Amino acid sequence: MSQRPARPVPVAAVGQRSFDLLGLGMAFVLAVNAAHLPWWLSLALAFALGWRWWQRRQRAGRVPGWIKLPLLALLTLAVIVHYGNLFGRAPGTALAIGLLILKLLETESHRDVRVGVGFTCFTLMTALLFDQGMVSTVVVALGLLPALATLRALEPAQAPASVPRSLLSPLALLVAALPLALLAFLLVPRLSSPLWGAPSRDQARSGLSDRMSPGGFTELLTDDHPAMRVSFDGAPPPPDQRYFRAYVMARYDGVGWSYRDVANLPPAALDVAQAVKYRITLLPTHRHVLPTLDVPIDAPAGASMRRDRVVMAARPVDDALTYTLSSATQYQLEPGLDEHQRRWLQLPAGFNPRTLALGQSWRQRYGNDDAAIVRAALALFHDGGFRYTLAPAPLGRDAMDDFLFDTREGFCEHYSSAFTVLMRAAGIRARVVTGYQGGYWNKLGDYLLVRNSDAHAWSEVWLAGRGWVRVDPTAAVRPERVSLGAAVAAGDQLDWYHGDWLQGFRNRWDIVNRWWDQAVTGFDALRQRSLLTPFGIRDTDTTTLGVLLAIGTTLFIAIGLAWALLRRQSRDPLREALRELERKLAHQRIARRVGEGPQHYLSRAARTLPSQREELMKLTKCYLDLRYAHDEPPTESVHAFRRAVRDFRAKNVVQ
Amino acid sequence: MRGLPQRLQGWAEQRLPALTRYRRPEDLPIELHRHRIYIVPTGFGLGFSALLLVMLVGALNYNNNSALLLTCLLGAASAASMLVAFRSLDGLRLEQVRAGHATAGGSIELTFTLQSGRPRSAIRLDLGNASASFALEGHDAALVKLALPTEVRGWQALPRLRLWSSWPLGMFRAWSWLHPTQSVLVWPRPEMAGPAPSAAADDARHMRLHRGEELAALRAYQAGDPQRHVAWKASARHDNLLVKDFEQPQNQPQWQLDWRQLRGMDNEARIARLARWLNEAQQHRRSFSLWLPGNEIGSGSGALHYARCMDALACLP
Repeated sequence: MSQRPARPVPVAAVGQRSFDLLGLGMAFVLAVNAAHLPWWLSLALAFALGWRWWQRRQRAGRVPGWIKLPLLALLTLAVIVHYGNLFGRAPGTALAIGLLILKLLETESHRDVRVGVGFTCFTLMTALLFDQGMVSTVVVALGLLPALATLRALEPAQAPASVPRSLLSPLALLVAALPLALLAFLLVPRLSSPLWGAPSRDQARSGLSDRMSPGGFTELLTDDHPAMRVSFDGAPPPPDQRYFRAYVMARYDGVGWSYRDVANLPPAALDVAQAVKYRITLLPTHRHVLPTLDVPIDAPAGASMRRDRVVMAARPVDDALTYTLSSATQYQLEPGLDEHQRRWLQLPAGFNPRTLALGQSWRQRYGNDDAAIVRAALALFHDGGFRYTLAPAPLGRDAMDDFLFDTREGFCEHYSSAFTVLMRAAGIRARVVTGYQGGYWNKLGDYLLVRNSDAHAWSEVWLAGRGWVRVDPTAAVRPERVSLGAAVAAGDQLDWYHGDWLQGFRNRWDIVNRWWDQAVTGFDALRQRSLLTPFGIRDTDTTTLGVLLAIGTTLFIAIGLAWALLRRQSRDPLREALRELERKLAHQRIARRVGEGPQHYLSRAARTLPSQREELMKLTKCYLDLRYAHDEPPTESVHAFRRAVRDFRAKNVVQ
Repeated sequence: MRGLPQRLQGWAEQRLPALTRYRRPEDLPIELHRHRIYIVPTGFGLGFSALLLVMLVGALNYNNNSALLLTCLLGAASAASMLVAFRSLDGLRLEQVRAGHATAGGSIELTFTLQSGRPRSAIRLDLGNASASFALEGHDAALVKLALPTEVRGWQALPRLRLWSSWPLGMFRAWSWLHPTQSVLVWPRPEMAGPAPSAAADDARHMRLHRGEELAALRAYQAGDPQRHVAWKASARHDNLLVKDFEQPQNQPQWQLDWRQLRGMDNEARIARLARWLNEAQQHRRSFSLWLPGNEIGSGSGALHYARCMDALACLP
């Protein structure tokens, strides 16, 4: 950024076209990165870009240092103030993009433009660090067009072209480079562990957490990003059975529920009556928990099952993870519950007195009939004037009292929480389960798309002789939540939910995202190692990959060289025929001299070969006629001449 | 049995005619082919590959496959641009070199005719410090003009030429050396001032270029007539401009320029004087003849005659 000393050689000024294309490329960079830059920074940078473009239209020249240096300081300061840091992914990107735009202020020479283009390519890549989706990748790749077009425009002496044409000109190069790029992508050895500190990516990303308090899901329920995709062996379970469990929460502290992870205890007993096998592709959550359908029978590799049949991965899910599992859909879970498991009845002292009183009154009314108490609670939710909303009124210290007797509005968290507290107050062992419920069944791809907004909380109660039984109190209030899904249940409360057709399109389009996630984003070190399994090589190590990459690259280089060396022969049959005649005569040591015309040459040949004088004179006349008597010699005559040349046999010179 | 260095040298000369120090001049036309086209990355190309490396390591480290794909695409496109750079020179033909006229010390304008079967862009031709860039469109030949500085009269061999291109991305530079056998003839530099030819001395009053004193007639203005010949007064009385037509100048005596007249001078001074006289004669549209040792050029006038005489002067030993 600093002012360079004046150079001895005058710097070639950059043409307007190159500058325009460079500015366009930078605007593109700004646009694709705008999503994760603070809006005021994007706006300021866009303004700086536009101003510089206008300024250079008026008068070419570098922006003086007294403007540039304060801007540089201001940019650095703004990034530090906003992010509290200069390093790391987000502040680094913001700084890089700011520097890129400031670079344009001093861009006047070819060298500046080239540096700018290199930097443009780099900042295009940073956009992908934030969103690796297929659409954004394609859009970002389109940003290479103005960058490469800028480099082309720097070259002197070329055919004039309009701006759109010159923008499209590098497309052929990119398309030609695509096969090699794909090969390199497939074979460049992936790192199984990062070279330097793994990026801290788990900031501010909503997801299921091991703690749940009424109202905590709000952000999650309005997030339409895919959470996972599930495909089943056989028919998928009906919508009202698509409960994916993540956490089983026992502890209630008056504010919320929490899950306590205890390792090395055997999982609870499970009698399976019916099971289903399925495969889940979980998108990065940066947590250990792996959601499973209903009650999992076993844990996938690299994960273990906790005592409450919660599946925990050994490492946080930082990249998309695919696992195959079997789950019980009809079962008896822990039918012989130990009397000592008092934790399912735990309630904090001094909270929610009215709720506790209501639970205890049900126990007195229904005696030992636990099922009747459950029914009474569901009836309360169904008939008690409760409302399903994603924006409920806030609750006070005795949250459940406020909810049950006062506000009477909320969503799954409120209902499951209140229900579980009521059950425990009545002396029934109960717990809260969080996870996902529902999802969109994509017929085309035969898989279930579960979005973050499908996050759900429900309850389980332990009934003698039946074990843990799932009870979804939300379904009592709003059955659509379970049968039709979260989006329909919420109605117009979600700003991303725009009626049927758009949602339908989004759901169907997800099959493309799924393919992209599987084929591109999910192509990690592990998948790469099993790349050659179809060819009988079980484990493809780095050396093999390197060799393959070298072979493949050589192959492409050979193809490219063949193309580069391909010479189209001059399509002049007359000249070719004359060449042939020259070759035949050259065998008789009558070579055509440099600068010798055909007439002179052929008459010399005729003199040297007196026996064929007649024939050669005829050929000469024929050639000269064809060459000089017509603009475009008639095809038949040319053919006749070629035949005559072919039939010509030079006889040995008689010495 | 030749020694190894000689054999190596011979091999190199044969295989790498453009790179070796022993570049034999070649006859025209010269066609560029793969044996004589060289490619190296430019400084920008090297910098860009460093950037690609950084991007690659970053994408791998962050396990970001989209970024890796982008990097691979960019890298493959850069590599492919090398072939495009090669192809922009391959098959290019230097058909002929035409030289203009120049006197020693000035620069001579060379016109290179380059041809190829397909369109090409951004090719540059270097000759010493001079450089010109050109594009070829299809089968049309490109005429590239470059100035070659000269110092002494006589035949001057063309120096080596360099054809190069960094098309399309400026990351690779393909070049080839050309050394055509052609020479250009540089005319002698005339002396600055000196006496007029002695043969014309007895006719001094005719030395002045003059038109007839008498106004012969008036005629209609034609484009190109000098303004001061316009008969303004006469024109005022007519619709169109009239021009004074003077009598044709008297037949000027012809100059007989003779090497032998310039005794007591060294050769170069004689040549310089003759060159000046030739220039003056040509300026004043005189007819002249030239006698040089071993070369006698009869009387004549006009540009062709002048050029013939200058050539003869330039070729003197």
